[in-house]
Amino acid sequence: MSIDVRPFAEVIDADRAGVDPPYDHHDYVGTRLRAPKEPLVIIPATLTEVTGPAYGESPVEPLDADLTRQHAGEPQGQRIVVSGRVLGGDGKPLRGQLVEIWQANAGGRYRHEVDTGDAPLDPNFSGAGRCLTDHEGRYRFVTVKPGAYPWKNHPNAWRPNHIHFSVFGRAFTERLVTQMYFPGDPLFPFDPIFNSVRDEKARQRLISAFDLELTEPEHALGFRWDIVVGGRTATPLEEPHDD
Amino acid sequence: MTDVGLTPAQTAGPYLRIGLLRELITPTLVEPDDPRAIRIRGRLTDGAGDGVPDGMVEIWQANAAGRYRHPSDDRVDPPLEDGFLGFGRSGTEDDGRFEFVTVKPGPVPWPEGGAQAPHIEVAVFARGLLKHAVTRIYFPDEDEANAADPVLSRLAPAQRETLVAVAEDGGLRFDVRLQGAGHTTFFAV
Repeated sequence: MSIDVRPFAEVIDADRAGVDPPYDHHDYVGTRLRAPKEPLVIIPATLTEVTGPAYGESPVEPLDADLTRQHAGEPQGQRIVVSGRVLGGDGKPLRGQLVEIWQANAGGRYRHEVDTGDAPLDPNFSGAGRCLTDHEGRYRFVTVKPGAYPWKNHPNAWRPNHIHFSVFGRAFTERLVTQMYFPGDPLFPFDPIFNSVRDEKARQRLISAFDLELTEPEHALGFRWDIVVGGRTATPLEEPHDD
Repeated sequence: MTDVGLTPAQTAGPYLRIGLLRELITPTLVEPDDPRAIRIRGRLTDGAGDGVPDGMVEIWQANAAGRYRHPSDDRVDPPLEDGFLGFGRSGTEDDGRFEFVTVKPGPVPWPEGGAQAPHIEVAVFARGLLKHAVTRIYFPDEDEANAADPVLSRLAPAQRETLVAVAEDGGLRFDVRLQGAGHTTFFAV
């Protein structure tokens, strides 16, 4: 077909300078019927994209950030503190960011009807938390270390221990949903989701660090993990190659 | 720049409901009895045409006058509207259905001058999507504005068609097809 105005450039994978995984990652079976296959259409960042939701004044309660105190009793498992900063790509701390997390319990089971694994549910663990970042962009959760769990991607498939994170950033272009992993997990080489991030350095940024400073003596181990958000592409509108 | 160390995306997985579909953020952007309220229904489907039962759709939009509630929209006019945030979330049900109640946004500026046709930005999350997919909803009663819209007018007709909602049952229908025939046009933004 012909278009009589300047076409937008199209790219196969307009990921953020190689940071994000591609949609189409064959080893992760769930992508096969769901990953968009056609090139993304690049559009400039208009007012629609440079704006975005903010929930900096949400009625978030302190208990929302402590997943070990949301029920009558304490959940089973290794108590941990997970804390870090939400930063812009320029290194600036993002204040008042709503950080939402969800995770499996210590046995590796989600409180969700679709998770039919045979690990037990924990009556004292829901696995959902949220908080707002402080003036330094810092978030902090108290929870238990999620267990690894089996899934049906391939024979004997197990997900590494991980916590799901969601942040908005400063604009719709900075929206990020991701997963935080734990250092030294022996399941890393076998996990197609972790390995969908092709760039080694970028992949390592998904792994938290053990931090004795964050560790609470006689109570909980500390893990530090910073989240850096940034726009997806640098040059949205390219000149056409119509020579 | 690659050395700023951006955090990569990872799939929201099948259990996103636990963390993201709680009471704080809902699919109801305005009260259903608001005289301006419109209902947007749709279905999220995969490459086999099956509904995606474990996904989530987010929408972001300007208010009815065309103003975004955000510091980067620093125009004085059009004005903000009390209580309207412009953001919503809907989970997808067993057959992939999602639904929002909102208002039709006003037109918003294009960076190089002129206006964009009224539209709603959409982000789709699900197991199998390693990062979210972004698209836009345009309105079927805006033929003139749609024809002049800088995004729509640069797309092939078949691509454009996937972005314009369809009037149905007094509301609008907007389906999101991740793959296959009639697949939705997705954007890199």
